[in-house]
Amino acid sequence: MIQYILRRLLQIIPVFIGTTLLVYFMVFALPGDPIRALFGDRPPSEAVIAQLRQQYNLDQPFWVQYGLFLKNLFTFNLGVDFTGQPIAASLGRIFPVTVMLAVEALIIQTVFGVTFGLIAGLRKGRVFDATVLIASLVVIAIPTFVLGFVLQLLIGVQLGWAKPTVGATADWGNLILPATVLGLVSFAYVLRLTRASVIENMNADYVRTATAKGLSRPRVVVTHILRNSMIPVITYLGASLGGLMGGAIVTESIFNVPGVGQKLFQAVIRSEGPTVVAIVSVLVLVFVIANLLVDLLYAWLDPRIRYEN
Amino acid sequence: MTTDVRISEAGLADKPLLEIRDLAISFKTGSGEVQAVRNAHLTIMPGETVAIVGESGSGKSTTALAAIGLLPGNGRVSGGQILLDGEDISHASEKRMIELRGNTIGMVPQDPMSNLNPVWKIGYQVKETLRANGRPSGPADVAEVLSQAGLPDAERRAKQYPHEFSGGMRQRALIAIGLSCQPRLLIADEPTSALDVTVQRQILDHLETMTSELGTSVLLITHDLGLAAERADKVVVMYRGNVVEAGPSLELLQNPQHPYTQRLVASAPSLASRRIQVAKELGVESDELLAPGGPVVVEPTMTEDVLQIQNLRKVFKLRSGFGKSTDFTAVDDVSFNVKRGTTTAIVGESGSGKSTVAQMVLNLQKPTSGKIVFDGVDTSTLNNKEIFAFRRRVQPIFQDPYGSLDPMYNIFRTIEEPLRTHKVGDKASREKKVRELLDQVALPQSTMQRYPNELSGGQRQRVAIARALALDPEVIICDEAVSALDVLVQAQVLNLLADLQSRLGLTYLFITHDLAVVRQIADHVCVMEKGKLVETGSTDDVFDAPQRDYTKALLHAIPGARLMLPPEVA
Repeated sequence: MIQYILRRLLQIIPVFIGTTLLVYFMVFALPGDPIRALFGDRPPSEAVIAQLRQQYNLDQPFWVQYGLFLKNLFTFNLGVDFTGQPIAASLGRIFPVTVMLAVEALIIQTVFGVTFGLIAGLRKGRVFDATVLIASLVVIAIPTFVLGFVLQLLIGVQLGWAKPTVGATADWGNLILPATVLGLVSFAYVLRLTRASVIENMNADYVRTATAKGLSRPRVVVTHILRNSMIPVITYLGASLGGLMGGAIVTESIFNVPGVGQKLFQAVIRSEGPTVVAIVSVLVLVFVIANLLVDLLYAWLDPRIRYEN
Repeated sequence: MTTDVRISEAGLADKPLLEIRDLAISFKTGSGEVQAVRNAHLTIMPGETVAIVGESGSGKSTTALAAIGLLPGNGRVSGGQILLDGEDISHASEKRMIELRGNTIGMVPQDPMSNLNPVWKIGYQVKETLRANGRPSGPADVAEVLSQAGLPDAERRAKQYPHEFSGGMRQRALIAIGLSCQPRLLIADEPTSALDVTVQRQILDHLETMTSELGTSVLLITHDLGLAAERADKVVVMYRGNVVEAGPSLELLQNPQHPYTQRLVASAPSLASRRIQVAKELGVESDELLAPGGPVVVEPTMTEDVLQIQNLRKVFKLRSGFGKSTDFTAVDDVSFNVKRGTTTAIVGESGSGKSTVAQMVLNLQKPTSGKIVFDGVDTSTLNNKEIFAFRRRVQPIFQDPYGSLDPMYNIFRTIEEPLRTHKVGDKASREKKVRELLDQVALPQSTMQRYPNELSGGQRQRVAIARALALDPEVIICDEAVSALDVLVQAQVLNLLADLQSRLGLTYLFITHDLAVVRQIADHVCVMEKGKLVETGSTDDVFDAPQRDYTKALLHAIPGARLMLPPEVA
């Protein structure tokens, strides 16, 4: 088992180098000059531009730029962004917010998705099931920004149940609205996945045997239907965590959350190679580790899967 | 006065534990209510074993499930009573049924592979049963329950998961669970039909010992009349939802009244082989009993060896840890010859390597060493083109008629496919050939436009046979070709195979775990155990005078082998 985990952790290295290289190249290949773009309509003297170029290594060929970036990364020196702030410091500011947002969204989609999915599955074909299915379809069909603005207006502004925007100080309480919006789309998938899995499992022979043993209905549902049904759901949740972390650009913009999405978007607009790659690197790490955790959880849920080499 | 007292006392002692009266069960389907069981009636006295016998779809399992309140969601008891100790439980509340299940009515289900939850340890699955029924459920109690069901090393075994158990072990665990709370009635639904015969015998023996010690009544559901007669005091025969006959086992077997029971008695393979045995002892030639429509036509003069299997070995590499592998010898130094126009059966339990031999003969797997000589040519020397030609002459029929037909192909396309693959004839002549083949396997030509899911298991297996015959092969490899079929259908298919052999001079290599079937169809028998050929000889020799203990154990394990059956029953 430990061997397996070590091997999986070692696999991070090639994945990490591959993704950073790719992202670095894509930023490098973006059209336009990032330094000139900084100054807009009033270009500075050529000397200033040349000096800035040198400062950000932009006068070097691609491989040298990338090599310098890697070297700095391993000496824990991420450098400064175009506004002169240290990248490490801004990562330290934005990531906790995004992690909080993603975890809150994950909890919302898991708790509600699994609960509704379980009930719908157990009551297949009845009113609750039909209602939930249609509702989830509606949620999947509506784009996030529409959902975001509507909820912001309705719950945040008109009803005043939650803060409509987050601002500089993000905490669990005022992130509830963006977290709900972020979790809603995956919630619909979790619900449908749980429902399908429950329907499949509740007709399994071992469920009938469990009933024949004299177990009460709740016990049969929890130990024999729900646990077996969680296996595909866990896989999906793990994959969706990456999406929640990196793909929250729209939600973060609507609710003014100072998180990874916003920062990444700005950095891409400004062709700030180092910042983009730094953020993406952290996201890659989160993604790989989340998937490792999912695989371990998977083995715990399904003992037939064993990672002995 | 005194007489009255005596009668009531006698009445008390004779009070049935379970009485099913005029039971009717219906299922809600897309096209309205379907009656699955009509007017079923049976009585089980305390300590008695009663068997319900019937083919699939006869309503035998449905009746038993109704008694423990486990009908599927769309089924309901639409009439009659199920009296447990005089209490009608046919419409009992779910709360009452939960009280009864486990404690009063236990169940041993059919398929040991799917009836244990794969994600919980065996011990936990026993423990939760004990706990739910208010019994002590510590590790020692769990181990006790498991070891009583004949599971060795129970304490360690309890910590394992179902996938670490063999089929027989799992069935023992399920029996342990079913009997753990010492129920008064045990419903055993085909408890051993998924197991090898020898394991089946051990498990049934053990079940019998346990239930007689505990004084448990048993409701045994089975499709095997021989097994029912051997294990039960009374037999109830069900056919299409009706109880057609009931009575003491031997009486019913020796003097069946209903035409369906008569057919069942006539075609049960375990009984048929026993019958041949009895007849032989009385000097009757087995051929006369066997031949479906008159004497066998095949000339015994055909003595050419069409297949020669020489020192065949197959070693699989099993991965065991970092880059290492251990060798697993699935087939070990097997040699035998198959004469043209005869049937050779390879018999053995699961894991004996018999199917691997078949795969190698079909050239689907390469032998590690040894030779397979087909019609004088070593098959390992064939190039791709020659293998293609070889496949025309050697065709398989597989076990599962549900899995081996493509559900998206209609029957015409299924049977025509080998002809098209081998570019035989044009469209018109191929269609003519398909029609002929359907005639040969006694299927109506209208079957051509239908799809596999519209056919019954027996019809599908006929289609598989027609497909195998399409290229006019010389050898047909039947890998458990009749194992998945009900006895009556099985008998029909075996007759068809025998008939085709006599007309077309086919050679069969018959892979099976069922010795009773072997007795009916094979000329020669090869017995395999753990990859080795332990005994070989003519069917009569092997059955009359088995040399090896393993063969004896296999023969002894055929259900009904201990029954005394007069030959005139046939």
